[in-house]
Amino acid sequence: MSASSLSLGRARRPRGRRRGRWLVYLLLILAAAFYLLPVYLVLVTALKEPAAITLADTWRLPQTWNWDSFRVAWEAFAPKLRNSLVLAVSATVLSALMGSMNGYILSKWRFPGANVIFPLMLFGMFIPYQAILIPLFQFLRDIGLYGDLTGLIVAHVVYGLPITTLIFRNFYAEIPDEMLDAAKIDGAGFFGIYARILFPLSISGFVVVVIWQFTQIWNEFLFAVTLTRQSTQPITVALANLAGGEAVNWNLPMAGSILAALPTLLIYIVLGRYFIRGLLAGSVKG
Amino acid sequence: MRRNDRLTAFLMLLPSIVLLAIFVYGFIGRTAWVSLSNWGSDPGQALALNPEIAFVGFENYRKLFTGVIDVRFRQDLVNTFFFTLFFLAGCLGLGLGLAILLDQKVRFEGLFRTIFLFPFALAFIVTGTVWRWMFQPQGGVNVLPELIGLPRLQLPWLTTRRQIWQFDWNQVPAFLVGAAGVVLIWLAVQAWRSHRRARSGVQGALGLAALGWALLGTPGVTLLPYPETHGFNVAFIGIVIAAAWQMSGYTMALYLAGLRGVPEELREAARVDGASEVQVYRHVVLPLLGPITLSAMIILGHISLKIFDLIWAMAGADNATTDVPALLMYLRSFRANRFADGAAIAMVLLILVATVIVPYLRSALKGEVRR
Repeated sequence: MSASSLSLGRARRPRGRRRGRWLVYLLLILAAAFYLLPVYLVLVTALKEPAAITLADTWRLPQTWNWDSFRVAWEAFAPKLRNSLVLAVSATVLSALMGSMNGYILSKWRFPGANVIFPLMLFGMFIPYQAILIPLFQFLRDIGLYGDLTGLIVAHVVYGLPITTLIFRNFYAEIPDEMLDAAKIDGAGFFGIYARILFPLSISGFVVVVIWQFTQIWNEFLFAVTLTRQSTQPITVALANLAGGEAVNWNLPMAGSILAALPTLLIYIVLGRYFIRGLLAGSVKG
Repeated sequence: MRRNDRLTAFLMLLPSIVLLAIFVYGFIGRTAWVSLSNWGSDPGQALALNPEIAFVGFENYRKLFTGVIDVRFRQDLVNTFFFTLFFLAGCLGLGLGLAILLDQKVRFEGLFRTIFLFPFALAFIVTGTVWRWMFQPQGGVNVLPELIGLPRLQLPWLTTRRQIWQFDWNQVPAFLVGAAGVVLIWLAVQAWRSHRRARSGVQGALGLAALGWALLGTPGVTLLPYPETHGFNVAFIGIVIAAAWQMSGYTMALYLAGLRGVPEELREAARVDGASEVQVYRHVVLPLLGPITLSAMIILGHISLKIFDLIWAMAGADNATTDVPALLMYLRSFRANRFADGAAIAMVLLILVATVIVPYLRSALKGEVRR
């Protein structure tokens, strides 16, 4: 079952049996409530005055709407959001470009040993990063990039290569080799074929990879908490620190959660189709 | 021309190969070496630029599994086991249920799908922060029943230290050997059915021997000279719920893609034969979803072995009750600077993940070559 042939397209079947339909909808609505309850709670908590946040009144709507939480959270988090943005954008772009080139080579320029190299590359996306964390920390410290955003970008580019390579390899495998042969007859070489044929056809592949990588890197925590200093912290670390403190007004972590979640959530809502393709490509392979 | 292009292709791939060779395999090798050393046992040497490190063999591993101090690591393994069990059950059950519901030609299918899958786009840290607030003992989920006039719940959620299903750590070898025995006997039965008698005999004999040894309590193997109690920490229930909230949409998407791949003719043929809608699912559709269940189990299983941020955000990094190896590795290495201990935990984690992932990668890629 190849990843790109999977889709969640709508079922096209004649409308059948009516019996039990209310039960289907009841269950769906209950399930939707389970998924949406936390969203409601986050919103009403973020919009309450700190003094109005009592545990017993958790689920009530705020008496007065307190938009100030967002202003305070924004002031505290703006530099961290900027760090996350720089990190996610640069690591995404680099790993996507390299993955595209790797995918092109592995799908169209088979060479001896490729069948061994590819699985060895793929294994890198499944390892628990704890298993490389101590040497990574040492290495970045030795070359002077520990605590620097660049070091974190390097880590995300390298450990992003397996998934970006995989998605592009499967994507390019669908492009018929005859198109390449035609270009070769016209005298196109390695780069010519990539620039004239593969790259222009890659837009939706890039959308899938960019969405996937951006989301993963934006949300990542282990590297972020191990390899950064106060000034280079991404948003996930800042949020964990803010919410981890005991004497905390819950409106701030909730407003902070919304700020941290918005970018990836917007991407998901606007480009959900591509998001799902990345998700299926990351798991159903072969 | 062509030969040159081939060389160019290889040279363009080379940087990625070199980077991954160093950052994945080189670093794993380095971690393995550190795990066999005593780096960090002398605090004065731990953060030195060129620390004095001695080779100690498998001493760190021996301490993890049978040392007096590392009781926390053993409970962490037990925690991971139960967490994985319930997390998988929750995600697969909920995901399959939602996928089947959505497969009933419902209105607003796209809307429901979006709602079920959106938590997957969030960071574990965000999910953890939000659910920590949901599970406050005096509020959140506990006061929810009051909204419809029921008495409030008194569940302690993440704060409880209660432990159930307790067992002695010394029984673990017997459990493992017994499980291996059962698997071997099952394989023997399979081999018998496909008429491979010799293989079946060997597997059956080994399986029975293992089972017998396990039932006697694996005499000859002693981990600890005293009983040490471990069990399921009830505080994990809240973490399982939050994790399933975040990840079940993913299994829903996998299953839905699988359901949409079942040819309508198959279902129709079963209906013509008089099967009810439930029977169509039980006998026709669900058996076809086996491979999807397997890959979902592997993907979710390896995520669950690595779970780190969610627990950090929900229960705190230092909460011993809800600790897991992935967190303990971080604490030992980067809070206590006991790098060798941390590396040994990391290697155990890597071996656990590899036993799940390597066969998966092999079979997935082998199937591809065959096609």
